[in-house]
Amino acid sequence: MASKPSTASKGGKRKAAGKAKANHPPAFTQEEEQRALRDMLLIRRFEEKAGQLYGMGHIGGFLHLYIGQEAVATGIFMARRPQDDVITSYRCHAQELLAGAEPKAVMAELTGRLPGVSKGKGGSMHMFHVAGHFWGGHGIVGAQVPIGTGLAFAAQYNGEDRACFTFFGEGAANQGQVYESFNMAALWKLPVIYVIENNRYAMGTEISRATAKAEELFMRGAAFGIPGEQVDGMDVRAVKDAAERALQHALSGKGPYILEMQTYRYRGHSMSDPAKYRSREEVQKMRQEHDPIEQVKRRLLEAGWATEEDIKAVDQEVRKVVAEAADFATGAEQPPEEELWRDVYAPVQA
Amino acid sequence: MAVVVRMPALSPTMTEGTLAKWLVKEGEAVSPGTVIAEVETDKAIMELETDEEGVLAKVLVPEGTAGIKVGEPIAVIAEEGEDFDLDALLAESGGAVAAATGGSEEAAAPAEDTTGADATPASPAVHVGTAAAPVETNAEAYALNGAPDPARNLSITPPAEGDPALPEGTEFVEQTVREALRDAMAEEMRRDERVFLMGEEVAEYQGAYKVSQGLLEEFGPKRVVDTPITEYGFAGLGIGAAFAGLRPIVEFMTFNFAMQAIDAIINSAAKQRYMSGGEVSVPIVFRGPNGAAARVAGQHSQDYAAWYAHVPGLKVVMPYSAADAKGLLKAAIRDPDPVIFLENEILYGHSFPVPQVEDYVLPIGRARIARAGDDITIVSYGMGMHYALQAADALAGEGISAEVIDLRSLRPLDMPAVIASLQKTNRLITVEEAWPVCSIGAEICRRVMAEAFDWLDAPVLTVNAKDVVLPYATNLEKMALPTVEEVVSAAKAVLYRD
Ligand SMILES: Cc1ncc(C[n+]2csc(CCOP(=O)(O)OP(=O)(O)O)c2C)c(N)n1
Repeated sequence: MASKPSTASKGGKRKAAGKAKANHPPAFTQEEEQRALRDMLLIRRFEEKAGQLYGMGHIGGFLHLYIGQEAVATGIFMARRPQDDVITSYRCHAQELLAGAEPKAVMAELTGRLPGVSKGKGGSMHMFHVAGHFWGGHGIVGAQVPIGTGLAFAAQYNGEDRACFTFFGEGAANQGQVYESFNMAALWKLPVIYVIENNRYAMGTEISRATAKAEELFMRGAAFGIPGEQVDGMDVRAVKDAAERALQHALSGKGPYILEMQTYRYRGHSMSDPAKYRSREEVQKMRQEHDPIEQVKRRLLEAGWATEEDIKAVDQEVRKVVAEAADFATGAEQPPEEELWRDVYAPVQA
Repeated sequence: MAVVVRMPALSPTMTEGTLAKWLVKEGEAVSPGTVIAEVETDKAIMELETDEEGVLAKVLVPEGTAGIKVGEPIAVIAEEGEDFDLDALLAESGGAVAAATGGSEEAAAPAEDTTGADATPASPAVHVGTAAAPVETNAEAYALNGAPDPARNLSITPPAEGDPALPEGTEFVEQTVREALRDAMAEEMRRDERVFLMGEEVAEYQGAYKVSQGLLEEFGPKRVVDTPITEYGFAGLGIGAAFAGLRPIVEFMTFNFAMQAIDAIINSAAKQRYMSGGEVSVPIVFRGPNGAAARVAGQHSQDYAAWYAHVPGLKVVMPYSAADAKGLLKAAIRDPDPVIFLENEILYGHSFPVPQVEDYVLPIGRARIARAGDDITIVSYGMGMHYALQAADALAGEGISAEVIDLRSLRPLDMPAVIASLQKTNRLITVEEAWPVCSIGAEICRRVMAEAFDWLDAPVLTVNAKDVVLPYATNLEKMALPTVEEVVSAAKAVLYRD
């Protein structure tokens, strides 16, 4: 999955093209590789555990897992500064964890318990961590895109040094409000980075069955003069590198930027997924040849920065965090009846 | 260490499944991500992945076993060559899991036993009486159709013709609501070339809730069209196609997503005929599941019945039984005006007797007496019927005879049927799964005040969902939705009993 720069409005007066990208993203330092490994392992183990808890009946409703896509959120969060905003769809557990929410509280939300991040009232699709500038967690495909644009509008309005990473799927990329957002963002030069997580399937629809010019999603802002890049979203280094470039662009007053992350989800869309729209071989091949975590492990070993034992130790530590989160989440109290009525409006001030 | 693999819940509403196929044999190695089996539910065949490393040490249920409850053990995964005591293992892991699934089964319970008076009648002879009995009212009540009436100038009146009489000896077959809807569409598509189905995942995936199963195969991709996730766009496109004389059925994966398209539905479809002085017709059906499913929280659980019923120019249908779903969907497809057809995910899997007649079409706008009674009238529709019928059973146990009216259609609203029943019982409550403010229940109160005030022996009470966003937590979700007990106590309150 090579990276391609956008050729948008080549020869035009204002260049909308992104910088040509090197085929090999800049190498990570040892610390960066280690951080990427731990973050991605935490996401994967957390999601695996959530899937198990669903199977046991502790979690209900929809549960959209991030397994396979870990490098995207991880790389973006490595590039983003703590004050930069993030918003995404219902596939939101990774961002919630990376924004600094406690794994216990995230898992407790999945089990619908009071100490959950939304007091058990939002569930899997509706998680927020305002302290970490993560704005959720939205169930309506595409709806977070104008909201993310509005977060960037507020940053500009307040004169704050802040940009917004707005995540959405390649399926969502066809929604009309995405293009209404692009126009306003470009018109007003808003500091927003649109991160298209192209995992190739919107539920059971392979991208080319629903999307014109499916191979060039990064060009979708061309008509508005928004530069775009296609990025190997399975390589956390490429993600971070592109995100840094995009952030710099947005913060320099040049307006929005599009990153098309080419990624893949290993699991079904949600829990009930007949998996008839793609072959098992395809999934196995992605796992074996492009797994984002395996890539980091390999590099750590090759550089002599970690031994197999070191990597196992990280995995053990993460598994422990996740197991504790699961215990906590299955044992925690349910929200009391008052919570049914609370939070519809702001509390009445005495 | 050996671990017991249990039948997982693979979807929000799954309670049991069939082990369709083992993809790994006993003794074969597995690792996280290995697909070990295919599990069939009422919705789909799904793959069962493991997160464990080891070998499939023991298969506990053979291929093809049906009715395996969520949480039942199906296999053991152990380390290569590991010895384990199966009974001890099961006993050890059983407790926690049983408790967990107990919770989820409880949550799913309201969905499971929807056995109202008309859901499981004793014999076909009874069906004829209950499945399609037109409401007995004086014909004059319906004679106003089309004529302006100051008392009703804010609403449209129901059609004069009731349900068609079924031929003597008509056979009834148990069908799920899902199958009835599919049959209705297939029959209309066979009958009329202009009818086509469009929506997200309706073709190749066979419908997100399997409603359009088999339609792509029979009618091909020209008439069963998969769309991108662009509700505003394809709703408008469907309206344009209807302008040009086609008969689109636009499926929303759920009506929650139709809010993306509500401008098209109301400004472009509902108002069109009027704004053009009758020049332009919009014969289109917007259909899909509406209301709460199970544990899908705030943005995926809204009931839009009252929203659409508010709008002149729309017809709004919300069936409960499979027979009504079939007969009314066929009518909706043939209707010259835009029809909002509200289904319910939980009801899709429920079975009801459906009459086997050549062309079963029901009038839009007529209610049905689902259960006759003398002491109190319970008016409901859609999933609300689930609570209303169970409450009527409970009330019967206390010697109270409740008449249950299934509105079936919310616009037109069959007030003559409601009032005829009220004239018999003099007491009325309404039951619906929607919010209370500006609800269908509230509308019925308004109409009864204006049109039948003197027949009331007590104020009308409405039973609704609570006035909050639907919460995710199991316990809160249950509190937020109406319950049978709430219906019973409302009934007793208007009867001044306790
Ligand atoms: C407006 C709207 N339409 C339909 C849905 C149902 N739905 C939920 S996720 C989804 C697929 C979205 O795919 P994509 O945007 O590629 O994101 P991914 O799930 O792959 O992360 C659909 C159709 C929805 N939630 N909202």
